[in-house]
Amino acid sequence: MRRAILAVLATTVGLVLLLSFKPHEITASADRPSAGARADAASGRDPGFDGHGDGDEDSGGAGFGGGDGFGGGDGFGPPAGDHGGGGVSSNSGAWTGDGASAGATSGDKTVTGDAADTRWGPVQVELVISGGKVTGVKVLQAPDNNHRDIAINNRALPILNQAALSAQSAGIDTVSGATYTSEGYITSLQSALDRAGL
Amino acid sequence: MRHVEHVMGTVFSFDVRDPVDATRAVEEAVAWLRRVDATFSTYRTDSPVSRLGRGEIALADCPAEVAGVLDLCESAARASRGYFTARPGGRLDPSAMVKGWAIERASLILTRAGAPNHCVNGGGDIQLAGSAAPGRPWRVGVAHPLRPGELATVVTGSGLAVATSGTAERGPHILDPHTGRPATGLASITLVGASLTMTDAYATAAFAMGGAAREWVEGLDGMEAFAVTSDGGTWRTPGFPGVPVVGHAR
Repeated sequence: MRRAILAVLATTVGLVLLLSFKPHEITASADRPSAGARADAASGRDPGFDGHGDGDEDSGGAGFGGGDGFGGGDGFGPPAGDHGGGGVSSNSGAWTGDGASAGATSGDKTVTGDAADTRWGPVQVELVISGGKVTGVKVLQAPDNNHRDIAINNRALPILNQAALSAQSAGIDTVSGATYTSEGYITSLQSALDRAGL
Repeated sequence: MRHVEHVMGTVFSFDVRDPVDATRAVEEAVAWLRRVDATFSTYRTDSPVSRLGRGEIALADCPAEVAGVLDLCESAARASRGYFTARPGGRLDPSAMVKGWAIERASLILTRAGAPNHCVNGGGDIQLAGSAAPGRPWRVGVAHPLRPGELATVVTGSGLAVATSGTAERGPHILDPHTGRPATGLASITLVGASLTMTDAYATAAFAMGGAAREWVEGLDGMEAFAVTSDGGTWRTPGFPGVPVVGHAR
């Protein structure tokens, strides 16, 4: 379930990003092939941010390249340290949220999400975790045509935390709900569960 | 093993828990879903069902499954006093029957191929087979229709079918066939039965019924319901195999 929680975070960030896109700027093909876009976001960037693959051989798709877990000691353990190939442009976004000055505060952790394939292209974010909560978000990778237009709303942060808590408390295998479209699936909890188990 | 497939306008998630290589079985199930889509899609103007709806071909010209599904639609319409219909808005569209039926068949394909413990989730409608792990039943979260990202309840059991109808993503889109207007009253209703074909069709009918669905489902053998009403309240039939979600249940 732990990995599912991380995947929920990654997926929900994807939701926020998608909602932030301005429709007239969406030009990429909807049929973009799944590129296996598990990116090594740690390479070439501040090594203090991403920690290390910590021996967890599980190559699951949740894929937050994790350090020592979520800090805060509320049960979020070390995520899978799955660092594949594929470079990502780094430091391409600005921090949003109270954790924007993260790194300075003792106890903050920064985790890098897998690149999530969306119909508009891969999206990847970095999160600051403080006291077990997401306090900052930064866009690492986004479809080029939208790159400068992505802004993450502070309202996303409570959503991220809520999604994580829901998944954590329920321990579920799958989710039933009103039928979603292919696009809606991206932001669904089922998508998070699939990513965690793939 | 897990597999995710985009087909029929939504996403199918396969989750096989048997310690076998189920790759071929899942491929077979996916091929089945694609055949169903090619036959029944109302979005493809050249599908047999589209052509049948326009009167270009007769039922006898369609693959045999079409007549079978239309028969199922008729029996669901009878059982639901017309709240289920294969002609929503007057146009032939058996999609509300097709998806659950296709998912249940996909599940059978996996079982016959030697993977009797699995979950097939097609866009939020689920056929479970066997159990999640030896001695552990499946746990199915029911998405809260009014609070995105939250669960309204959790269903536990083995070999269940779980179907939810609601307005969550696309807004009101299920019509009350008796008024022609979008159904209101419920935000979503989840039905639990043994097989998804009728469970899914009945969920659609129950949503169209609104509050009257409670009494109707209580009278159905082997079918239980959980509903979130438009004002955020909830109710469930006495045998509903749900467990409260800490912090979210009412």
